[in-house]
Amino acid sequence: MSENPPPSLYARLLDASRRRTLMPIALLALGLGLAQQAWAFCGFYVAQASSSLFNESSQVVLARDGEQTTLTMANDYKGNLSEFSIVIPVPVPVKKTDVRVVDKGAIDRVDAYSAPRMAEYHDPDPCPEPAPRYPMSAGYASRPSAMMMDRSVMAEEKDEATGVRILDSYTVGEYDILILSAEDSGGLVVWLNREGYKMPERATPILQSYIAQKMTFFVAKVNLKEKRDSGSSFLRPLQVSYKSPKFMLPIRLGMLNAEETQDLFVYTLTKRGRVETTNYRTVKIPTDAEIPPWVSKEFSAFYTDMFSRLVERDGMSGVYTEYGWPLTIACDPCSADPITVTELQSLGVPWVTEQYGNYQQGGYLTRLHVRYDLDHFPEDLVFQETADQQTFQGRYVIRHPFNGDTSCSDGRTYEKQLAARQEKEAQTLGALTGWDMGAIRRRTPARANPVKPTPPPPPATPEFWRWE
Amino acid sequence: MNLLSDPRHYQITCLSTLLLYGTISLDFEVSPPQILLTLLSVQVIQYLCCRLWRQPFEWRSAMISGLSLCLLLRVNTLALVPVAALIAIGSKFVIRVNGQHIFNPTCLALVAMIGLDLGWVSPGQWGNGVWLAFAVACLGGMVTGKAARRDITVAFLAFWLIGLFGRSWWIYEPMTIPLHRVQSGALLLFSFFMISDPRATPNTRAGRVLFAAIVAGVAWYIQFKLFRTNALLWSLAGISMLTPLINRLFGGGAYRWDRPVVSDTGPALTPALSN
Repeated sequence: MSENPPPSLYARLLDASRRRTLMPIALLALGLGLAQQAWAFCGFYVAQASSSLFNESSQVVLARDGEQTTLTMANDYKGNLSEFSIVIPVPVPVKKTDVRVVDKGAIDRVDAYSAPRMAEYHDPDPCPEPAPRYPMSAGYASRPSAMMMDRSVMAEEKDEATGVRILDSYTVGEYDILILSAEDSGGLVVWLNREGYKMPERATPILQSYIAQKMTFFVAKVNLKEKRDSGSSFLRPLQVSYKSPKFMLPIRLGMLNAEETQDLFVYTLTKRGRVETTNYRTVKIPTDAEIPPWVSKEFSAFYTDMFSRLVERDGMSGVYTEYGWPLTIACDPCSADPITVTELQSLGVPWVTEQYGNYQQGGYLTRLHVRYDLDHFPEDLVFQETADQQTFQGRYVIRHPFNGDTSCSDGRTYEKQLAARQEKEAQTLGALTGWDMGAIRRRTPARANPVKPTPPPPPATPEFWRWE
Repeated sequence: MNLLSDPRHYQITCLSTLLLYGTISLDFEVSPPQILLTLLSVQVIQYLCCRLWRQPFEWRSAMISGLSLCLLLRVNTLALVPVAALIAIGSKFVIRVNGQHIFNPTCLALVAMIGLDLGWVSPGQWGNGVWLAFAVACLGGMVTGKAARRDITVAFLAFWLIGLFGRSWWIYEPMTIPLHRVQSGALLLFSFFMISDPRATPNTRAGRVLFAAIVAGVAWYIQFKLFRTNALLWSLAGISMLTPLINRLFGGGAYRWDRPVVSDTGPALTPALSN
């Protein structure tokens, strides 16, 4: 198993569309058209000069056991490293021992493992010789085991002029980190700007509300020397652990000046069950829909258009569950390689150990996807863990028609049923994505033995009418 | 009994409409079998309890409890539905002080199921779209006098809004945040159908206002200081235990569904017969 597994098909397919969707995030220009760029969730990139920042996606893993929380943040920052910095409000001051950099592969795996997937089937021969080779199981379409297509410390000091206090300062991996407390957001903004973090004035009221809640600020920059020494070509995910009753994700800072919507993926790893938001509606995405086979080549467009339509339908007020399943190694087959115990532990899940080929004590993985802007999401996301242990996955079914000889009697029946099925698949696709029905129908390939439309049979005439 | 004189008829209509809308349009995670099982369970348990305690069978309160459970309670397996129904209805008969039950049946069942990790409540399930229509229906009930114990609803909402907006003002949050929190179907359901339960609230107006203030205050503390979810439910369940004490302090007789006005303004003359 490679250390950095390739992203799933879904991830790769979605990548292009995310790029299209999320590129504006990088161009949010937090500061009144200045060069600052927003990170899509808790904090933001703060650039010092105009640069070609490129933030494709925001992914967060939240592992939580009681009040112990581990937040892992992945970013696809591709700009000038000397200009990278983030500011994240955290409920408690974070010590050096609670900050780590982790392997991006673990998040990629969670992404691939939980991504909406396509299940692919092939219709059996309706005219078998001599006996059906593949008897169709009645419940086959609902089986989840279908063949998946997816694959040091500075002394605490206070700046008298601004009221900013440096609670801690250390270097972890390629990041230089400061833990700040502040008495006043204006002072904090002045201090950050003075220290080279360009912070827009518009951030002031939001920062003030976090200060009033006695939150501290986790501020990170890239240490260029450490970065060079690490030999890594990208910024590794930054991980913060803390103990707090607050089960939330601050997203308000990242929405400052956002002209475009932003997408965020939150993966939660919990002991008891599914996680949902309590202050926004959590909705499951449509699943187990049968769609035309040709969509397999356009899964990216299909899924992103379907998701956009959902968001539109709900007036951009929902948080969408794309996956929720008890953690298990024993998925057969899996949409991606199962998440290893080492990977889970690296994401802040110490309770999982392996025994007899499975996790000894499992947990629950929830994948939430939210598209948001400040108008529709005025509050930070607040979560709750529920007792829900039910399984859910976004799954789209493709059934390839049988393409051999269907000239027998059963074959003709099959062709009729197939025509009806294809129409239903087309309608499902149109309803999910909003694509033009005419265009969808035109893409249905012609059959070798097309069924001639037969006129409906005349109504059966009861015998007692005949004697007349 | 006159069909319009009993506020429960209006409540049942309102809750049923909401449940229908929630399951059809808001993807409430409650299946038709769960709804049927819940409504059947509460009636069967209500019937058995009435027989056991030698009281006339009364279906309306149980129906309200059942509909509320359908709207709020989510479980992993249908087998847990009768458990919740048993807690809700059973508590009315078993946990009584001076002949009055002290817990709102639905509220007690919900906190018990959450506390025992047998179920959960999704406060976010309502979205904002339904909120306005629901609010209109609730207020319509208030105006037309079809809602029970309006004073406690008004008092609770007033205290709760002060707490929400006051906190946001205090910590420099934009007012869009408390406004968003107010636009919650869960809050309306709680205010108009749960805390207003006349059989589980103090018998005098002064007592009820005090009760509402304490419930709002404790819920505020649970939500904003302890950062726990379902604060309103936990608060109401806990503070309900103070009802006998408040009744002792402020006096008043028990509520009667068939004479809401008499009881609402002063001590009732006769103890309640129904549940």
